[in-house]
Amino acid sequence: MSAIEGLETAHHHETEHEHHHEAQNFWQKYIFCEDHKVIAKQYLITGIMWAVIGISMSVIFRIQLGLPDSNLSWLKPVLGGWISDAGKLDPNFYLALVTMHGTIMVFFVLTAGLSGTFSNFLIPLQIGARDMASGFMNMLSYWFFFLASVIMFASLFLQAGPAAGGWVIYPPLSALPQAHPGSGMGMTLWLASMALFIVSQLLGGINYITTVINLRTRGMSFDRLPLTIWSFLITAVLGLISFPVLLSSVLLLIFDRHFGTSFYLSDIYINGEALPNVGGSPILFQHLFWFLGHPEVYIVLLPGLGITSEVIATNSRKPIFGYRAMIASMLGIAFLAFIVWAHHMFVTGMNPFLGSVFMFLTLIIAVPSAVKGFNYITTLWKGNIVFTPGMLFSIGLVSLFVSGGLTGIILGNSALDIQLHDTYFVVAHFHLVMGAASAFGLFAGVYHWFPKMFGRMMNTTLGQIHFWLTFIGIYLVFIPMHYVGIAGFPRRYYQFTSYDFTHKFMDMNMFISIAAILSFLAQFIFLWNFFYSIFKGRRAPQNPWRSNTLEWTTPINPGHGNWVGEIPAVYRWSYDYSKPGAKEDFIPQNLPYSQTLESNFPHENELIATEKAIESQNYNDQFNAH
Amino acid sequence: MNIIIALIALVFLVLTGVVISRLQNVLKNVNRTDSPDAEPSGNKWNGAMFIVILILGAISITWSYLHAREFFLPEASSIHGRRTDDLFWFSMGILTIPFIIVNFLIFFFAWKYQHKKNHRASFYPDNHRLELIWTIVPAIVMALLVFTGWKAWSDITSDAPRDAEVIEITGKQFNWIARYAGMSDNKLGDYNYKLIDSQNEVGIDLSDENSFDDFTNPSEMHIPVNRPVLLKIRARDVLHSVFIPHMRVKMDAVPGMPTKFWFVADKTTADMRAETGNANFDYEIACTEVCGQGHFSMKMRLIVEDEASYKKWCAEQATFLQTYPEYLAKVPENLKAKAMKYVPAEAATPADSSATSTGGAGTSTSLR
Repeated sequence: MSAIEGLETAHHHETEHEHHHEAQNFWQKYIFCEDHKVIAKQYLITGIMWAVIGISMSVIFRIQLGLPDSNLSWLKPVLGGWISDAGKLDPNFYLALVTMHGTIMVFFVLTAGLSGTFSNFLIPLQIGARDMASGFMNMLSYWFFFLASVIMFASLFLQAGPAAGGWVIYPPLSALPQAHPGSGMGMTLWLASMALFIVSQLLGGINYITTVINLRTRGMSFDRLPLTIWSFLITAVLGLISFPVLLSSVLLLIFDRHFGTSFYLSDIYINGEALPNVGGSPILFQHLFWFLGHPEVYIVLLPGLGITSEVIATNSRKPIFGYRAMIASMLGIAFLAFIVWAHHMFVTGMNPFLGSVFMFLTLIIAVPSAVKGFNYITTLWKGNIVFTPGMLFSIGLVSLFVSGGLTGIILGNSALDIQLHDTYFVVAHFHLVMGAASAFGLFAGVYHWFPKMFGRMMNTTLGQIHFWLTFIGIYLVFIPMHYVGIAGFPRRYYQFTSYDFTHKFMDMNMFISIAAILSFLAQFIFLWNFFYSIFKGRRAPQNPWRSNTLEWTTPINPGHGNWVGEIPAVYRWSYDYSKPGAKEDFIPQNLPYSQTLESNFPHENELIATEKAIESQNYNDQFNAH
Repeated sequence: MNIIIALIALVFLVLTGVVISRLQNVLKNVNRTDSPDAEPSGNKWNGAMFIVILILGAISITWSYLHAREFFLPEASSIHGRRTDDLFWFSMGILTIPFIIVNFLIFFFAWKYQHKKNHRASFYPDNHRLELIWTIVPAIVMALLVFTGWKAWSDITSDAPRDAEVIEITGKQFNWIARYAGMSDNKLGDYNYKLIDSQNEVGIDLSDENSFDDFTNPSEMHIPVNRPVLLKIRARDVLHSVFIPHMRVKMDAVPGMPTKFWFVADKTTADMRAETGNANFDYEIACTEVCGQGHFSMKMRLIVEDEASYKKWCAEQATFLQTYPEYLAKVPENLKAKAMKYVPAEAATPADSSATSTGGAGTSTSLR
């Protein structure tokens, strides 16, 4: 929409734009806003609120698991009837909690909150565009997400509780209201919410892809794009391909639930009644779900890795090592992400031959992942590292990504997965590699781009303390959880008292729970720092991290359109840090080679000739189309 | 196992030594140079923290692992289980190496290359040979792990031997039901989910003569030691998953899609009681696919015993028709005579009057 508007207002110039800007009322400016920066902040704040809810849930069920004798009556004011008179958590609500924790963290926090925030915020700023290709679609994307959020939030207050079949909502449990109270209205709302969420992701994703392809500024070729943009682009493509498949699985489940079809149902006898459905297959749902579910892991993780690439290079004062290898490994991971889904299904009764094929494909992913890990480490090597909170979280991300990723090689091996499938080993694995690592990417991004978002700085010392408490907390929670998994403890168990083989590790589970509670409390340091700094933080300088990318060439508080006057042209990649011979230890992307003769390499001197061509290029300034 | 631990301990010891010597260098440097005003805020203590956490982390992971080891499941009681156990610890051993190297490098580099005044980082954007090495080395290691894993997987999932003892296990909310083929024909009868009711819990189809001697058990499963056992797995309402932790057996139970898993248990319950020193030890079957409120307590006892006791136990079990003779009514006329053999005499008469004429002949055999 706004791209079309841009064309229509071809002859309008800066002054008229300024005028237009003042005319915006509160609703246009902060609520139904089409400015990518405001939408990014909307995503971020909503994501943070969801994170608080989602992590609080995990604390409640960790208390149940680690301190099973504790009296939870103090939660009665919040949870009401879900806490029995004896102060015990209701087993049905326990399942609802783990389900909602998973759904909220994976989709609402780490997909919408992470990629929604930073794709929106950084794509136009780092590629040199006035805004997204379609500001209106971008706004719709957020408000569809908001609607999905409202529905999901409302489901928490249902008498029978929210959805409770695990975040993977495998039918028939999720399809049959008589199987579990959470499979009634709670599941209906879950499905409705997710359908809207998928619409939101598609609207956003199409916009990110279009913007990156069409609206790059003069000279911003693909081999000069910062790795953040590469990661957002690849993430959006993954989402665009895989989310529709989730939508189809959700729709078929809705048909089975409400219109009497049998896509996923067959041969079922429940509550004294044999159902008429025959011919369906629950495995079909699992295939459809994991066709999204596995790429989803990378949808969550890749933006974190992109942010990390940028933050580590900036704060090591070094170019990212192996820029092209980083892009290639992301493309490799993205491609492989689509052909490994069935490794979640080794013991579902799927044909064992298929299992072997998926084991081969899965373990190949270790190779591009290893390349990324080693490239980050080499970027640190011989750097001049500044421990900003963003940098600390990025270093932490690399450690978590590697530690969690390694156990994936065990789980991807179908023979070993027989014993470990659906135990706490899996829980520990994916929380490290996908949950915590992506959350660290989110934190790194917030600390690093907070000055650009709000024009103020967050408190560095508090950020550093927040990092250490979180980092140590994460390892204290998830390393022991591997041990619990090796001992065979299954997931989604309300308590471990029913079996002899789980009648141990009481102290270990208590330890995990206490570590989880402490890590949760540490997040309040962040929350305070974040909200306090929005209003009272130290005013940000123009380029606080001495970074090369284009966003730091905008005004400290960029208005709609981002740059006053012309959008800068780009002459070099974004990683010219500590270049030999240069005056400063960084050379921004918009500085032409002709001005840095002292530090140019021979092949770069040749590029000086192309500068004229770059400057005269017809480019995609939506405010100033030629 | 012990070798791996010893290796890890050794590596950690060496690392600690290296780190301590480095720390001393740093402490010297602190006293000599440095004007703190040029330092980015908090850089020194954050750099030091990486080393502190590296050392503490190494110690606590080693200690906690050694501590946790005694609570891990004992060595597998099935042949394939010991194979996957070995493979697991072999893979873990291999993966521990990159875990240590990579985390050490991350922490060590972070500390070592922390910001120094008037120092410039080295411009080092790529090195193709280096990148080729760390693409190819993981690829080779992966190929090795994949190959061993694939061999094990194809053997485990191969067709069960012909002489395997076939036992059916059905999951429902919230318990397991075992069904045995019976002593006479050793064949499981047909089933149909539409025949399920409160007594015929797994939907035994009594129009199939193989089902006459079938018997079920909702609380325990007995299997013979040292003989292949093929579990035919079913679910009757939602997904469940058969998990026998000590046997390293896991397979989903899917409504409408029977699954299977075969294994050879080679330690009897008595053996394990002696081995673990726990007189109350029992093998257990659990559910590992979330199935509703009672998911955490779908327990079934598994008793592994020698062939003779197993046969004896089977012979003692009342067949389904013996327990519920009224189901004779569901047997087709032409098979009634055969079915009567499995029904106790006193029960047969009231259950189905039409069967009385042939019943007298059958009862004596059924009572043996």
